[in-house]
Amino acid sequence: MQAMQPAPAAAGDVPLLEARNVSKYFGAVVAIEGVSLEVRAGQINCLLGDNGAGKSTLIKMLSGVHTPDEGSLAVEGQEVRFNAPRDALDAGIATVYQDLSVMPLMSISRNFFLGNEPTKGFGPFKRFDSAKAARVAREEMKNIGIDVRDTDQLVGTLSGGERQTLAIARAEYFGARVLILDEPTSALGVKESAIVLRHAISARNRGLGVIFITHNVQHALPIGDTFTILTRGRSGGTYKRGELDVEELHRLMGGGSELEELQTDLEMLARREALGVEVPTVPIGESEGLGPDDGM
Amino acid sequence: MTLTQASGATDPAPPSDRLRRVSVTSRLLGRPAAGALIITVIVWVFFAMLSLAVGADVFYSAEGTLIYLDVAAQVGIVGTAVALLMIAGEFDLSIGSLIGFAGIVIGICVTTYGMPVWAGILISLVLTTLLGVINGFIVVRTGLPSFIVTLATLFIIRGATQALTAQITQITYIPIAPDKIASDPIAGLFNWSIGNFKVSILWWILLAAIGAYILGRTRFGNWITGVGGSPSAARNLGVPVARVKIMLFAGTAFSAAILAAVQSMTFFSSDVLRGQGYELRAITTAVIGGCLLTGGYGSVAGAAIGALALGMAQIGIVFASVNADWYLVALGTLLLVAVVLNNWIRRRFAGLR
Repeated sequence: MQAMQPAPAAAGDVPLLEARNVSKYFGAVVAIEGVSLEVRAGQINCLLGDNGAGKSTLIKMLSGVHTPDEGSLAVEGQEVRFNAPRDALDAGIATVYQDLSVMPLMSISRNFFLGNEPTKGFGPFKRFDSAKAARVAREEMKNIGIDVRDTDQLVGTLSGGERQTLAIARAEYFGARVLILDEPTSALGVKESAIVLRHAISARNRGLGVIFITHNVQHALPIGDTFTILTRGRSGGTYKRGELDVEELHRLMGGGSELEELQTDLEMLARREALGVEVPTVPIGESEGLGPDDGM
Repeated sequence: MTLTQASGATDPAPPSDRLRRVSVTSRLLGRPAAGALIITVIVWVFFAMLSLAVGADVFYSAEGTLIYLDVAAQVGIVGTAVALLMIAGEFDLSIGSLIGFAGIVIGICVTTYGMPVWAGILISLVLTTLLGVINGFIVVRTGLPSFIVTLATLFIIRGATQALTAQITQITYIPIAPDKIASDPIAGLFNWSIGNFKVSILWWILLAAIGAYILGRTRFGNWITGVGGSPSAARNLGVPVARVKIMLFAGTAFSAAILAAVQSMTFFSSDVLRGQGYELRAITTAVIGGCLLTGGYGSVAGAAIGALALGMAQIGIVFASVNADWYLVALGTLLLVAVVLNNWIRRRFAGLR
């Protein structure tokens, strides 16, 4: 596997990060089996799958939290082994976890530099350079589109989208070449999701490789260059942009039939509503044995 | 592409319109130590008025102040390390038994083995800190709540100290010859005093200053808060979580040994039962000081001020000639009011959702 290649002629020739046929088992449970995935510089690869498809396990292998039981990982074509998240970080792979990447009770600048604190002084007088931390955090947040007046503000006072933004800005500042975004939009409203999706695009435009994990096809389709589908721990194939539309993606993710059913139901309801037909729903309150005044 | 970044990246940042200017008062109240400061002022006013009512002026005299400062210092010496550990999301309930253990080590070294006092103190510091490392190691390795692990080691260390001391010396209270202490080169570090001004007060301030410096000004301090905020996220960002926790457990044990040295040098003795109840009182000072039980937030200055409130309450009651049994009632009330106040301040002024 150690095929020594000459330096890649152009970015994008060799995948920045690859998973080659990786498997992970937890006891008798097959979390991931024989899945391959790659991301190149200046590309967004959307990893799609329903809940429980194994998306989290796969990215935990890519980010050094788990080691694969079978298969291997490669960075720029070179096989690597990550024993700890630190190893992945050092290889330029930064993961932004859904809700786990920032500390709500720490300030913005302290969050920004957690684990990578700038210091000044020497020996026992080496100390956290809070002025530099505040300055850099403010600049980087501004570059990415959020004007933070007070970097001493606790992150708990930021919105979900702003927290994601902080984590993304931090990853890029510390030299990430691959950005793994774990369900970044799943807990966000429409407007905030748009902000995060825009960050993914601008990271791609700056030449980073982005792995975007989601179960939301509407979010994936507009931004993805390639799409890797996971179903029940196994690969459902990788597709290029334009090869698939929303329905096909849903079908591949395994939720197709349920979704069609839901759509038929909703359409029927809408038709009846339009015709002025009484919609046969169970009146709230009566069936539950609640009093009539509970509705308001 | 449905999403373009036409003006996105350089927008004059819409989210900032959700930030409003806040007054200096609000900002000060947003500090974790604010509640402790308010509480301490209230406690002082309360006992000053109580003293006034019963016609005893000793509480607000210099002499009375030095007396309650000494009492505050006793718990404050261990309070800083306990607060740091709590900010990292862990407890050390074994600290009381560590104080007893550390004192007994000094006593046995000096009396049974005839060592000089300084050697006894040094050995005690090393052995006790080692027990702290073991505490931390068990917590990190088993992944069990430190509340349970250190409750177990509390029993084990207290029991072993009693059993071994009884076996070695046939007594559980070891007097140390005052002339041996008086002639020792370092004993003065622990029992020096001018009138009612005891060196313990300096230890309290020194340890709090070191703790505040570590927490606020060093990388390690940032790691402490990060580890308490979310161990898994901290680990993912490359923070050596296990090492941070073990070092903090070592820190609480070390401060227990310092307190034990102060006590045995001051009282010319060591006693297996010393330090009982300190674990909960130290946690109380940390909570009054604004530390969250769940970790990730707190202040060393707050804990030091919390110790002051505790000392005032304990001595204020005695000075006011109220039955000292009421001390625990005052302590409990103090704790409850402090937690409610701290919670309110955190919501109101730190702007947390």
